[in-house]
Amino acid sequence: MEYILATDVGSTTTKARLFKKIHGEWRYLLSGEAPTTVEAPYENVIMGVRNAIREIEELTGLKILSEDGKIIKPHSDGRGVDFYCSTSSAGGGLQMMVAGVIKTMTAESANRAALGAGAIVMDVIAVDDGRPDYQKLDRIRHLRPDMILLAGGTDGGTTALVMQVAELLAAADPKPRLGADYKLPLVYCGNVDARPAIKRLMEDKFALSIVDNIRPVLEVENTEPARRAIHELFMEHVMSHAPGYPELMSWVDIDILPTPAGEGMAMQLIAYMEKSNVLGVGLGGATTNVYSVVDGRFVRSVSANLGMSYSICNVMKETGVNNIIRWIPFKIDEETLVDMLRNKMIRPTTIPQTLRSLIVEHAVAREALRLGLQHHKTIATRLKGAKMAQRMIGDMFEYMLKETYIEMMKIDVIAGTGGLLSHAPRRVQSMMIMIDAFQPEGVTRMYQDSVFMMPHLGVLSRAFPDIAWNIFDKDCLVRLGTVIAPAGVLKGGEEALSIKMELPEGRILEKDIHFGEIVRLPLAEKSRSKITISPKHNLDAGAGPGKTLETEIEGGVVGVIIDARGRPLQLPQDDRERRRTLLGWFESLDAYPKEIMEGWKEG
Amino acid sequence: MLNNLEKSTSEAHAYTPGLKVKKSTIVTKQRILPIPGEVLVKVGDKVDFDTIVARAKVPGKPNIIRAADLLNIQAENLPAFMLKKEGDIVAEGEVIAKYTPLFGLIKRFVRSPVKGIVESISDMTGQVIIREPPELVEIKSYIPGRVRDVIPKRGVIIETQAAFIQGIFGIGGERHGEIYFACESPSEVLTGENIDDNLMGKIIVGGSLATLDSLKKASQVGAAGIVVGGIKGVDIKEYLGYEIGVAITGHEEIPITLVVTEGFGKMNMSSRVFNLLKEFEGLEAAINGATQIRAGVIRPEIIIPHENHSIGEEEKSLEKGMGPGTLVRIIREPYFGKIGIVVSLPVELLNIETESSVRVVEVRIDEGNVIVPRANVEIIEE
Repeated sequence: MEYILATDVGSTTTKARLFKKIHGEWRYLLSGEAPTTVEAPYENVIMGVRNAIREIEELTGLKILSEDGKIIKPHSDGRGVDFYCSTSSAGGGLQMMVAGVIKTMTAESANRAALGAGAIVMDVIAVDDGRPDYQKLDRIRHLRPDMILLAGGTDGGTTALVMQVAELLAAADPKPRLGADYKLPLVYCGNVDARPAIKRLMEDKFALSIVDNIRPVLEVENTEPARRAIHELFMEHVMSHAPGYPELMSWVDIDILPTPAGEGMAMQLIAYMEKSNVLGVGLGGATTNVYSVVDGRFVRSVSANLGMSYSICNVMKETGVNNIIRWIPFKIDEETLVDMLRNKMIRPTTIPQTLRSLIVEHAVAREALRLGLQHHKTIATRLKGAKMAQRMIGDMFEYMLKETYIEMMKIDVIAGTGGLLSHAPRRVQSMMIMIDAFQPEGVTRMYQDSVFMMPHLGVLSRAFPDIAWNIFDKDCLVRLGTVIAPAGVLKGGEEALSIKMELPEGRILEKDIHFGEIVRLPLAEKSRSKITISPKHNLDAGAGPGKTLETEIEGGVVGVIIDARGRPLQLPQDDRERRRTLLGWFESLDAYPKEIMEGWKEG
Repeated sequence: MLNNLEKSTSEAHAYTPGLKVKKSTIVTKQRILPIPGEVLVKVGDKVDFDTIVARAKVPGKPNIIRAADLLNIQAENLPAFMLKKEGDIVAEGEVIAKYTPLFGLIKRFVRSPVKGIVESISDMTGQVIIREPPELVEIKSYIPGRVRDVIPKRGVIIETQAAFIQGIFGIGGERHGEIYFACESPSEVLTGENIDDNLMGKIIVGGSLATLDSLKKASQVGAAGIVVGGIKGVDIKEYLGYEIGVAITGHEEIPITLVVTEGFGKMNMSSRVFNLLKEFEGLEAAINGATQIRAGVIRPEIIIPHENHSIGEEEKSLEKGMGPGTLVRIIREPYFGKIGIVVSLPVELLNIETESSVRVVEVRIDEGNVIVPRANVEIIEE
């Protein structure tokens, strides 16, 4: 093998990436991009894929497409590639409806399985979701999903409730989004005892697929069989009805995956290779995907309407204008900001030309990420049914714990991808956006995607994990650096922590940092340094309140950021003071051009 | 070396195709049923704005009745107490199940809440499903013209000669009405005072901004729609009663259709659009505010059917992109809304104020020559 080609057919752009074996090592070579052609007037996804590939051909001189427009495989006589794979989110990606019996148990597990498979979940229907039947029926009738996932009941438990949901679905008789001429795929992953009845009721109306129960007992969540079935049906039913996809399916060497599923695999790859807990984010134009791999458990959440272009105004709607303004260090009134964001929404491909515009977008990004993580925490929860079962036997311990298991102190790596983060003119800007939004605690390594290729590498990792990791490590992951942020709050100006860092050249760097400060220290990419962090009072850097932590940290293109602004991070209430504080932070990190920020200090 | 190559390709397609503004062109519209049905016209037929071209019967609403619970019996016993069987037609209020234990001392009945057909009786859940009669869905032609194609069981393609203007953003669905000018110039603000009580059914053309007051007044007098250069985001929220989150519109339940031609804020309507509309003042036009901004973009539109002008040249291929002399509109600060002529297209990437290295275009505007990112201009199609 010498060449690997991977594409991602996005909702707007089709992105091709070419990988090559150079001196025995797999590397990213270059990219080609072209508008996606899944919708009218083209309605053939292949055209966009060919255009993206042609761009690569022009840049490399490598002939990849044959005379009749097909990919030449394998590579021989200086033509063609050896392997081709693709992800896809064109036309809105995989849109699913999820149903279960109890909202916080089987329906929640089914929701996690669908999200984990890379779907956008349009609605979660449950017996106890608070809506009367007629409302649920109305909703199901009007949704046009690509697929339905039906869960409910533990194995051996009652079948009546799951059949109640099944009858609701059958009566509503939803139609598939991509055409009324075929059966809508339905995956049943509920009580095994209800299978015969489900078969009788659903077989004629849906393309039914039955897999193992997602909650065989209350204490266990088994999402893998449902996730696999979703991926199979995605290829068999959904993709095969999308314009041009049957041909694309014949080109690929492994199944096409939904883009977020590819991105999720990339995040899992980081967690696996680095043996770390990872929090990842894909901040796109339309959606924000948040991924977590904590103690080996992978969860994805998608905030379908939090994004930086089409959905930029939804971020404003969800968070409120003032929450965006709080990240802006110059004076701006509400009306001007609203119109700026609305204009970005209607002309999403424009880019900020002024620093003010750039900072406004960065402010929105902080809120999109913050809300995305908030949403993620509602998905990354402990199994609720199990908690109740334990309570019944008198164990109240679990009850005392918070519902989500995402604790920032336990996150080792934060990784970001998406246009805004990748295109930030200074890398420190994307690092700061992620720090402000996620508020990492303790010691956290920060990564980002160099050129959007996480989905490509994710799907590639299914066939060649080592090749995918090599490219990932060398060409995809930009090591931004490490952030050290003690949890807790002190009074402004109080001594917060002191650090002692052994720099690679042997020099010792010692520094005292006060509460409210954020500072940046140089430590180059691929360098490591031993560090002693001594937090004051009750601040916790990872070893416990007030306890000294000795560890080793990794450098990066930004270096090391010591964030002593406290957790939770508070901004001054007074507007002038808030702007002054923000400017101080930006200046301390050298985040934006100083000369322009100077002009914002007055007033 | 690898990075340079990446940069050189990353913006190869970074330009925004302009909005269409055409005096005379052939407009086609696909009118499709949501589910298969019956097409009511044939190829060559003449249609008007409101001609019904296709219709379909959508299965009626299902109603779920927890019959076993209402009778207070086990689900498995329900079939024994049903008075109706699957497939039976029932009237609203008709008794469909009865349970009278203790020699009739206790009487429990289940009545159908609607007129319909008994679709299923479940001995597993104790539920009865009654489906209401089918609902009729009809599709109108939306624009007058001729039926060019019939898609069997699905709908038609209508064709007409018309002036065609795309807006940038809109709300409200398909409507038609006579074009009426309420403003004298593209820079004039449209207020409630410009709107008379006799504008019912009219499409009101404003200038640089439609105030909240004008939206309310137009709705009140029963106008069909407003076409204007700009609108304030805060006013849209106030008018609708909610904030639009995602750029997918057209289904708002409002009495008028709004088409914004330039953007948010006060923005002079481009003189090309203003003058073109002026030319057709008094003619009947179709408008639609539906906007969807993503791949397969849908922009709001104004279609003015007429046969007064010969059809212009076929539209220039956008694939040619920009070149010196191309007329463009700048669509982002700091020169938002300015129209100018392309002077040059530097090959090399240039550093802009944000420190981003981007492909730029040099544009001559009234204030002189300016440099803007190529992504921030749109070609004005002539």
